[in-house]
Amino acid sequence: MMETATKVPIKVNFTEDIKYKLVAENISASYDGIVTVKNVSMKFRDRAVTALIGPSGCGKTTFLRCLNRMHELTKNATLTGKVLLDGEDLYSNKVDPIINRRKIGMVFQKPNPFPTMSIYDNVACGLRLNGVKDKKILDEVVEGCLKMASLWNEVKGDLKKPGMSLSGGQQQRLCIARALAIQPEVLLMDEPASALDPIATQKIEEMIQELKKEYTIIIVTHNMQQATRVSDYTGFMYLGDLVEFGETKQIFENPRNEITAKYVQGQFG
Amino acid sequence: MITPEQRAEFRKHFRYNVGRRLVLDKIVKGIVFACVMIAIIPLIAILVNVFSNGAGALTWEFLTTVPGAVGSDDPGGIGPAIQGTIVIIGLSSLMGVPIGVMGGIFLSEYGNNRYGRTIRFLNDVMAEFPTIVIGVFVFVLVVLTIGDFSMWAGSFALSIVMLPIVMRTTEESLKLVPVTYREAGYALGIRRWRVIMTIVLSGAKNGLITGILLSVARIAGETAPLVFTILGSSQFISGLSGPIDALPLRIWRLSSLPYDSAVTQGWGGAFILIIMVLSINIGVRYIFLRNKEKTFIKFRKQGRMS
Repeated sequence: MMETATKVPIKVNFTEDIKYKLVAENISASYDGIVTVKNVSMKFRDRAVTALIGPSGCGKTTFLRCLNRMHELTKNATLTGKVLLDGEDLYSNKVDPIINRRKIGMVFQKPNPFPTMSIYDNVACGLRLNGVKDKKILDEVVEGCLKMASLWNEVKGDLKKPGMSLSGGQQQRLCIARALAIQPEVLLMDEPASALDPIATQKIEEMIQELKKEYTIIIVTHNMQQATRVSDYTGFMYLGDLVEFGETKQIFENPRNEITAKYVQGQFG
Repeated sequence: MITPEQRAEFRKHFRYNVGRRLVLDKIVKGIVFACVMIAIIPLIAILVNVFSNGAGALTWEFLTTVPGAVGSDDPGGIGPAIQGTIVIIGLSSLMGVPIGVMGGIFLSEYGNNRYGRTIRFLNDVMAEFPTIVIGVFVFVLVVLTIGDFSMWAGSFALSIVMLPIVMRTTEESLKLVPVTYREAGYALGIRRWRVIMTIVLSGAKNGLITGILLSVARIAGETAPLVFTILGSSQFISGLSGPIDALPLRIWRLSSLPYDSAVTQGWGGAFILIIMVLSINIGVRYIFLRNKEKTFIKFRKQGRMS
């Protein structure tokens, strides 16, 4: 049908210190016998935002879940390929998936704060259950992460309140703070703003711009405006293939592939 | 596409008889309430009956002293039976609850395979076992081996009775915890057993405790397995082995005696047993679900204010 473009952007304004934090090589994934990701390779730059766009069911989320070994928790899931984090294969037998999930944080589509925990405990829980006991460190991390998720000013008075008492947008920012608390190096976001109103969405987008300075961020989104606003690189997926991958500007203004052009112009999807 | 003509045609097929539907709504509501009342009547009738028949026996001596000699003027009390029931409920829960909860965790979290299905089936079969069979089984296995009736044998038998109930209710309540919470836990790099023990179990707390309390209420009233395992006694517990007494046994013995005072005491014992189960239920719910109740009350208050 079409050639799966897997090359990194051709534009050569990259400096010598170009660094790929995460490299996916020939990832194919399926569940319940349905192949949802077909031989996708992608490289993610450090301190940059990469967006994955594409119509529903094109395998974006599945691909994202392969990057922190969440996909293998799905029932009847199969996976082939390699994911290199700083050059080390996540799927090699020597590597414990748990350790890598601590390096790769994830934010889900629907806000899912732990229902029985307070705001404070929700953020601190990733640390506590990974063995951090020092109350001073916990306090520092909770405050810092809530500030990074731009939620601190709204909740600093009632950290003891249940996480579920917050509004949808606040809950999602709480989940981002929770993901940041384990001090990851990569942040995967699966349509983090799809259930939120425009103001909450804007706050999250501003936050992504802020977080970009320290993290490698990979964001799945249905919203093409959002992709143009927040991302530096964009990958377009269609029916499990990576059709085109390049700088966001190029993908949206000057797509090389016909299908990409149709999709970004809103002709289908 | 649906044309406007088609749409008008579709609309004609809807029912517009609002009056009839309102009446039907009221009728269904009425039937539901009537069924609830019918279900409550036996409960209230039993409580009133037990209390009115047994009230005459309720004194402090009745609760604390040993039973009197059969047919004598001193009616005595049911002290040993109350003590025995408390001890036996405690010991059986100590054995049955942890194993049952762990088994439930296995069925819910690791049981999605052939082994899980087999165990689930066997567990359901066990839940339907006549308890007297369990009594005989424990009699052969424990009482005959050790050579004496004992509280251990009784607790063992009752823990077998409660095991399948705890296991099944634990499994069902764990399954109700949405997978998104587990995934959030895994994504934080938390190990599976910790995700289960902290996030999943605390999310299922409500159902878990209800299941455990149901099983406690069930074993508190069991008589048949106790006949074969603790036999019954008219003395307070004196050691780890030897027969002891329990309320259901005592009620059964008293009610089959030909003396009016003994029968009244039987009713009194039944009333005490009901009160005990009720207070365990309320007490445990208060201790473990207290915070939830508080937020519930707060929520209602806020609702009223607005």
